[in-house]
Amino acid sequence: MKPAAFEYHAPRTLEEALGLLHEHQDEAKVLAGGQSLVPAMNFRLARPAVLVDIAHVPGLDRIETNDPASVTVGARVRHLDLEHNTIAGPLGSLFAMTGRWVGHYPIRVRGTFGGSLAHADPAAEWCALASALDAELHCRSTSGSRTVGARDFFEQMAFTTCLEPDELLVGVRLPRLSDSCGVGMAEFARRWGDFAIVLAVTAVERDGDSIARARIALGGVAGGPVRASNAEAALAGRPATAGTVAEAAAAAAEEVDPTGDIHGSADYRRDLVRAMVTRALDQALA
Amino acid sequence: MRWTGRSLRRFEDPALVRGLGRFVADVADQHRGTLHAAFVRSPVPAGEIRSIEAPPGAPVLTAESFPGIRTMCARLDRPDFVALETPVLASDAVRHPGEPVALVVAGSRAEAEDLAEQVVVDIEATRPVLDATAATDPDAPTVHAGLDMPMGNNVVLDARFATEGLEAAFEEADEIVALDIRAHRQNALPIEARGALAAHDRGTGRTTLTAANQMPHMLRTALADILDIGEAELRVVTPEVGGAFGQKMCVPREYVALVAAARLLGATIAWIEDRSENLLASWHSRDHSYLLRGAFNRSGMLLGLDADIVCNIGAYSNYPVTFGVEPLMAMAELPGPYRLSQYRVRSRAVTTNMCPIAPYRGVSRPVLTLAMERLMDTAARRLDLDPVEIRRANLVSEFPYSMPTGLPVDPGSYVETLDAAVEALDLEGFRRRQQQAAAEGRYLGVGFSVFGERTGYGTPAFAARAMEITPGYETVQLEMNPSGDVTARIGASPHGQGLATALSQLLADELGVEPRQVAVVHGDTDTTPYGWGTFASRSMVIAGGAAKLAAERLAAQLREIAAHHLEASPDDIRLEDGSAVVAGTSVGVTLPEIARIAHHSSHLLPAPMEPGLSVSATYDPGGTFSNACHAAVVEVDPDTGHVRLERFVVIADAGLEVNPMIVEGQIHGGVTQGIANALYEELVTDDDGNLLTASLMDFLPPTVCEVPLIEVTHVQTITDASITGAKGVGEGGAIGAPAAVLNAISDALSPLGIEVDEMPATPSRVRELIRRAQSTTTGGPT
Repeated sequence: MKPAAFEYHAPRTLEEALGLLHEHQDEAKVLAGGQSLVPAMNFRLARPAVLVDIAHVPGLDRIETNDPASVTVGARVRHLDLEHNTIAGPLGSLFAMTGRWVGHYPIRVRGTFGGSLAHADPAAEWCALASALDAELHCRSTSGSRTVGARDFFEQMAFTTCLEPDELLVGVRLPRLSDSCGVGMAEFARRWGDFAIVLAVTAVERDGDSIARARIALGGVAGGPVRASNAEAALAGRPATAGTVAEAAAAAAEEVDPTGDIHGSADYRRDLVRAMVTRALDQALA
Repeated sequence: MRWTGRSLRRFEDPALVRGLGRFVADVADQHRGTLHAAFVRSPVPAGEIRSIEAPPGAPVLTAESFPGIRTMCARLDRPDFVALETPVLASDAVRHPGEPVALVVAGSRAEAEDLAEQVVVDIEATRPVLDATAATDPDAPTVHAGLDMPMGNNVVLDARFATEGLEAAFEEADEIVALDIRAHRQNALPIEARGALAAHDRGTGRTTLTAANQMPHMLRTALADILDIGEAELRVVTPEVGGAFGQKMCVPREYVALVAAARLLGATIAWIEDRSENLLASWHSRDHSYLLRGAFNRSGMLLGLDADIVCNIGAYSNYPVTFGVEPLMAMAELPGPYRLSQYRVRSRAVTTNMCPIAPYRGVSRPVLTLAMERLMDTAARRLDLDPVEIRRANLVSEFPYSMPTGLPVDPGSYVETLDAAVEALDLEGFRRRQQQAAAEGRYLGVGFSVFGERTGYGTPAFAARAMEITPGYETVQLEMNPSGDVTARIGASPHGQGLATALSQLLADELGVEPRQVAVVHGDTDTTPYGWGTFASRSMVIAGGAAKLAAERLAAQLREIAAHHLEASPDDIRLEDGSAVVAGTSVGVTLPEIARIAHHSSHLLPAPMEPGLSVSATYDPGGTFSNACHAAVVEVDPDTGHVRLERFVVIADAGLEVNPMIVEGQIHGGVTQGIANALYEELVTDDDGNLLTASLMDFLPPTVCEVPLIEVTHVQTITDASITGAKGVGEGGAIGAPAAVLNAISDALSPLGIEVDEMPATPSRVRELIRRAQSTTTGGPT
């Protein structure tokens, strides 16, 4: 369980990092926290010829909160910093309640937000959160920069994004949530800290006793994070009752098309979708 | 004041917790010029090897490199047994995924892995057979083609036993309970995987193997036999060993190949197994199925028991205990502590294209206890009896008792521990809480498990299995040094149990010294007496017994010298607080003074005593049963199938406890592995034999987050079957826990009519049972 030989670079500037990615293209992999990439290399499942370590690239580890309408999270912000964030309002709460589900403590100390999104594990908490909130992902390369919505960033194939080989994810912009918005996060894993079998992230805007708008993103049910659109539709404009939640959870279980693996069949995952959507909505409406 | 019975802190721990323990990988690091090995392994479960091609000049060793090497083959001398031979490296056929085909050597493990990737093994894959029952089909592939299989395709052991009145008992029964018990495949998962360092000294011609192992003397003999060299040319050392649980008991092919390679190359070579290799191809465990029928009368008495047991033993035998250990133990011990006169059993070992099986903590008993305890709970529910009452009605309470198979059960506390568990749980209070929870749609349950753990058995017990290599006895050599300190050299090979501390306590009491004055030397074939090592919950009983016998001899010699010196009778001399004193007086001589005389003024010894203070003793007992009752309280989440353990109670009877804290530690570790067996750990392969749980991302040992506080209460029933009064306790935790957990889940889900007979009871399996039950009872989807 030792990695195949590789070349290692530790650029000191963004330009240098992008130059290296441009030079080595498919041969290169970006190393951030290394919590997924390094094990994959030790198993020789990943065999990059070149590692570009962005640990020393300045400006990627900040959470920008100056904008009243949005928050921008740098790609190298650690999971732990999001778990213990100081972002005001429901968005901060959602980061906190989601962050505690990411791996184990030592993983959260080193692993990064951007790394998780770029790795695009179908069961990753941050991918579902980005999907639920329609995050905008800022990507840079030597030839310029672009901003991609979460819906387009994640391909519906595991570990696959729209990032070009020479592109680096530098930051993620998320809309602030209004104070009337409730948030929820529910996850089922075999053990504390394991990858989710199924998870649900919810954000529900209330209008008095009824639901104005609901966002529901699921992990573990497809190649990437998915929005439970039918379930969202089943909630919009409806009274915030247990019956509505049950209908939405049933709709979510119906609309997903999961595949089975050793931790559970497709039917089992549907059962979990119903349970996790129910629990995450209950939290959001509490 | 006696040292025995005190929870002394373990002498072993300060080094371990400060990172000063030296494990094989540490020894390899400290050795100058160590080379590193990696194995090229079969990617398929079955096939014919056509060719092995290595880069020109690369140090790649195959079976051809070792022309004189023998196969590994341990035998049972019984007509229902087919011996399987294991080549050290596969040369013509491969029979399980991960089977070693070649060994490569390089300057570092990373380079060795690079080189191993460049070795091309051309294998013509053939159809594998993975399931034991499927393997017995005459049309199934034969794993060892060409071998005579008179008992059926791939059947390598078919043992049977029956009493005469079995049929009558079933005819007489009011209720017949039939169960299909499945225990899936596991890995013992020591924190330190296997590993060895073979150092060949070209000057002396000797090879030293430093290895993570439980049986150093047996390993030396096996290496000599297989490599056809003298044992004088070999030394086996076991440094600190990071857990073993049976996985480091049997002789690994890799260690043999490593020694052969070191001798061939005149080099020092390390092989430190990584976790993927360990999960794939070390030794697996469990993979048993039981078809069980119990005949009960209306009041819950067990009248007869009929069992058909199948053990999937994988592609080869282990060495030296053979694959017979699982089916034969299951056959002999299935009835457990329940009175039974009519018993019929068929127990088979079936070879398949899976990784071979080795004993794992508890061996067959976690599964046979699961079978019996599920039988009791299911019968209780069918007969509308309380699960505690049906056990009380059937448990053995008069001793000595003989199982239907003739196995003697010495005094224990089966009913008493059950009663104590009921009280510790506040069972009545729990039943009220369970009802309240049910009203809220929550599923709480309680499960009991009562069992005996046969421990400390010597040669006669192993001989009953007709083993060609029959383990059993232990020898302890004791020497009092001139300063009055004591060195105990033992054939047992502790690897984390704290045996050195416990033996020191026992010896201190016998010799009147302090435990700190005792140095226990183990794990080096050059310096310790031949012995069988540490496994089967035996060391405190057998090595402890030998230590006591040796101490009695040494004490007699000390008394004789003291008597001579003090002009008293040896019978009047007492050894206490570091002195030999004439009873009832203050006249005495210190032990260091006696030791000086024996070593440095031996002309003053009584004639014809020889100089020095060195004795040896061997102990070989028939065996004893420790016992316990486990009780688990769980809550099942009906939506996800998740099982949360709320409480875990153990009432344990290990006889005389030399160090209660160590006993408790053994129970904690065992219960945790039992919980792993019940809920979490499973090696899963796909239909092509590919291991899908090849890392700790998918093979899931429970952590501190999943295991509740384990509440242990101690009971001590003293037995004559062990001269120290101690009974073994190493495996009990793992034996009792699975049944308690599965019974608790079944109790929780009893409103839905669910009985859980398959382990691990993973969330998806539990949810599947709930989904099926709900669709039957409500007629609709849930």
